[in-house]
Amino acid sequence: MSDHSISMTINGRRQTGTVEARTSLGDFLRMDAGYTGVHLGCEHGVCGACTVVVDGRAVRSCLVLAVQADGSEVTTVEGLADPEGTLHPVQQAMRDSHGLQCGFCTPGVVMTFAALTAEDCKPTEDELIAAMSGHICRCTGYQGIRKAAKILVEGGAA
Amino acid sequence: MSEADPQAHGIGAARWIGKRVPRKEDARLLTGRGQYTDDVTLPGTLHVAFARSQIARGNIVSIDTSAALDIPGVHAMMLAKDIARQPLTMMSFFFTPSEVPITPLADGYVQYVGDPLALVIAETRAIAEDAAALIAVEYEELEPVVTIAQAMTGEPIHPDTDSNVSVEMGDDEVPEQLAATLEGAAHLITQTVIHQRISQAPMENRAVLATREGPEELTLYITCQSPHNIARWFSTALGLPEGAIRVIAKDVGGSFGLKNTPWKEECAVVCAAMLFPRPLKWTEDRYEALTASPQAREQEIKLDVAFDDEGRLLGAHSIYDCNNGAYPQGADANIAVHMFMWPAYKMPAYSFLSRGWYTNTNGLAAYRGPWAMESLVRETLLDKAARKIGIDPIELRRRNLVYLSDQPSTSSMGIPVDDITPGECLDKLIQHFDVPAFRREQAEARQQGRYLGLGIAAYIEPTGSAGSMAPMTGELAQVRIEPTGKVTATMSTHSQGHGTATTMAQCIADRLGVRYEDVTVYEGDNTRGGFGPGAAGSRQGVIGGGAAIRASEMLADKVKTLAAHLYNASVESVSIEEGMVHVAGAPEMSRPIGELANIAYGEPHRLPPEFEAGLEVQFRYQPPPMTMTSAAHACVVEVDAETGFVKILRWIASEDCGTVINPAVVEGQVAGGLAQAIGMVLLEDMPYDARGNPTAATFKDYLLPAITDVPVFEYVHANTPSKTIGGMRGVGEGGAIIGPPTLVNAIADALSPFGEIEELVLPLTPARILDVIEQRDVSGTRAHRHGTAVEVAQMADVPAPDPTSGQVPPVDAVVLPGGVHPAQDATIAGDWNMVLKTPMGPQAMKAHFDVEGGALSGYLEAPEGRQDFSGGTWSDGNAKFNLAVEKPMKITLKYDLQLAGDAITGKCKMGMFGTAKVSGERS
Ligand code: FES
Ligand code: FES
Repeated sequence: MSDHSISMTINGRRQTGTVEARTSLGDFLRMDAGYTGVHLGCEHGVCGACTVVVDGRAVRSCLVLAVQADGSEVTTVEGLADPEGTLHPVQQAMRDSHGLQCGFCTPGVVMTFAALTAEDCKPTEDELIAAMSGHICRCTGYQGIRKAAKILVEGGAA
Repeated sequence: MSEADPQAHGIGAARWIGKRVPRKEDARLLTGRGQYTDDVTLPGTLHVAFARSQIARGNIVSIDTSAALDIPGVHAMMLAKDIARQPLTMMSFFFTPSEVPITPLADGYVQYVGDPLALVIAETRAIAEDAAALIAVEYEELEPVVTIAQAMTGEPIHPDTDSNVSVEMGDDEVPEQLAATLEGAAHLITQTVIHQRISQAPMENRAVLATREGPEELTLYITCQSPHNIARWFSTALGLPEGAIRVIAKDVGGSFGLKNTPWKEECAVVCAAMLFPRPLKWTEDRYEALTASPQAREQEIKLDVAFDDEGRLLGAHSIYDCNNGAYPQGADANIAVHMFMWPAYKMPAYSFLSRGWYTNTNGLAAYRGPWAMESLVRETLLDKAARKIGIDPIELRRRNLVYLSDQPSTSSMGIPVDDITPGECLDKLIQHFDVPAFRREQAEARQQGRYLGLGIAAYIEPTGSAGSMAPMTGELAQVRIEPTGKVTATMSTHSQGHGTATTMAQCIADRLGVRYEDVTVYEGDNTRGGFGPGAAGSRQGVIGGGAAIRASEMLADKVKTLAAHLYNASVESVSIEEGMVHVAGAPEMSRPIGELANIAYGEPHRLPPEFEAGLEVQFRYQPPPMTMTSAAHACVVEVDAETGFVKILRWIASEDCGTVINPAVVEGQVAGGLAQAIGMVLLEDMPYDARGNPTAATFKDYLLPAITDVPVFEYVHANTPSKTIGGMRGVGEGGAIIGPPTLVNAIADALSPFGEIEELVLPLTPARILDVIEQRDVSGTRAHRHGTAVEVAQMADVPAPDPTSGQVPPVDAVVLPGGVHPAQDATIAGDWNMVLKTPMGPQAMKAHFDVEGGALSGYLEAPEGRQDFSGGTWSDGNAKFNLAVEKPMKITLKYDLQLAGDAITGKCKMGMFGTAKVSGERS
């Protein structure tokens, strides 16, 4: 196996490492960088739990190789709340709407919402629900996630 | 929701029970700071991967590990013989030993595709997996037994067993009187349900990190349903004192029954960690989880129900079979299916035959509402009956349901019924859903070629069970007011998403009179708090909540006693609100609770005489044996007649869950169960091919419901407090039990212009729905099931046992007609080792028989004690005697045994539990 030196910015801090070509970004984030909030639910691109934001776009970190993310800006769920601990609006909306139970799918759900509502993006509720159809939650029956989508759209319009 | 609790202790003005407060767990989980098992790594941790069987059944000829060991980074390789250096006895969920031999790693033979054969220890998970893939195994392959039908006719898969029956309960034949009732009834309706196999599929797969701490201690981080239960299980399995095992499971990503009991892989890792000097971690990947984890359901039932000409129930009989796989977490004929089939209905007579079957597939484990088949077959049968008899399905239920005004009563199987409200839930449901308006809309839609359907179902569910089987105990609450004035509690409960740190804190804040924000609940570590079996049987809100409430009330009383002494007031005049202690009529005396705590801990001379220093209380709540939850649900669907696709338009749940601690948590439990119900009815399926290969290996094959498959659920609250402390009823499993029949009924109603779903085969895929719409075998289900039958017939023809092979003929073969054994002068007198196959697992006993002429007496002796009997009979090799027992309930056991050489076979009729098999050999 060939080793590759990579460097990326994760949650605003520089992270370097040496990885095999086959190492996924998800494994790199969890095992090398210590961001265990990145959850691996299937490792084959279906469940969405591993979603992180790379250069502004929500991606499944189990389907991206760490070497592909060399030089990019990565945000994980650990990097969303502000340093004083105030929750990001997406996190707050999920909390207010009881959008989680076991919390395993949650980091992925939160990162997709965050990417789609960042800055000037004004998605419709239907667009958010369509995006959520790529996230599997085995616990909640999606009731709170639906409510969170509504809050995010209405909050965004206000 | 019941905002005001009917059993309020009257301490604080601020009520926390019944409030939709934000969860304590969420800040951690939303910021990625949860601690799931795979998130934990200890210094020196090495990683484990398994090499697994690629065939369903066969003998292992050789295992070549040399290529695997050559890979850099591989530290060790262990096979069954290596693991066996650390003895471990695998047990069922009920802590009974497995009745078929089972070892963590396959020893000599494999019994299912995925059976672990070898364990690799390496620097990283990737290297361990690389090495595992290089292990070469040579097999002598045997014909696998995959389906229930094959199990019935194929040769036994386990050594030293005479059939593939794992457990059998009930009656071989319909009792005479019931048979006459069924035959003579105005309407006899039959429903057959073929339930597919399900993967529990929690989003967090199984995982364990095990580290031996010196020669006497073991620490486990393991994703599970109760750290206490896991510690108890491993301590028994390994023969280690429980105190030596520490089990930590802070956050768990769902369980749904899968993580009740550690199974082969977890046991292998623990044994390896006992033998290997470094911490070992195994994290299952999804491919393993889907193809090699224990699975659930795969049951078949045929239910016959007799009605009079007004639709009143007269009698019923069912035949139930359950695929147990090769190594179930408890051999299971699912007696609960029959116990809870009818207590909510006025059903005069019911009998059944219930069997579990061993096959070369993954073992059976629990899944949310393991007995849910009763509601599915009964409620779908009732709708079918309504259509056939020509009665409205709601009216049919109203005629037969047990209303409060009918209680107390006893079900035909002897279950006391005195606290259930399915009829009342149904009535409330109907108030919230305009059925006539829907029927008009449905008729109009049909004119336009749109097919709408309404499904209704009602049920009851036993929850909060404690005291009748080994793992099901009460719960312990230990509540403290710290010297800081903050409140901490250590609970025996455990959350896998249930939010018990939230709901228990609400109970405590409410009854102690402090702010919810000031209460912290600790759980998730067996060294904290007392034993509790965790999340199983919808029990934690009921029992843990009761424990938290009573402990807090006791602690409040202690605070009041102290305050009364210090302020020279009467205990009655003291109140606690929002963490302040007040004396009536003396506002200047009000003090923060922390001030009293400081005195209680630090100034012993100021305490009343006999007052134990500190402010700490513990209480273990032993609730009534079982607390019933009732519900009625309605669902509206539209079926696309072109494509067979089902769209769920509306879903209303009318639930009696007693006192609601947190509406958001309760609704979350119901909604989660309903989503799983939708998965079971429409999407999820874990099929096996003819060679026993599981064919749903990824989430692209095993379809879980997505947000677009699940509607918004509406709730009608029909709550009545239960008789427990706090009045809660369990809600953990209900959605998964009542959801499937509700949805199936809606689909069947929509399809009724085309015909009946004659045989309900799940999941109802679009193709299977087209079977009904087009009245032909679009899905191939009929051909497949018929084809299976043909295969079985051929199989049965082929391997006729060779009489010259030296095989000993089964005992039955030498029993002459009439059951008379040739050796008539043999006697049963003497000492025997007996095994009774109870619904909770095999029970070993010693038996002693004395024979005098035709009279039989003696005793049976189990670890719980010895029981003598007399008055039995002995004739022609047949022994009959009765034993009255008190546990788990009062029943008379009727033994009917047959002597055959030095072996006894026979049956024991166990009252409402039906009939169990007995075997014995001379000791
Ligand atoms: S872990 Fe990446 S999509 Fe499931
Ligand atoms: S909260 Fe458990 S999987 Fe979504």
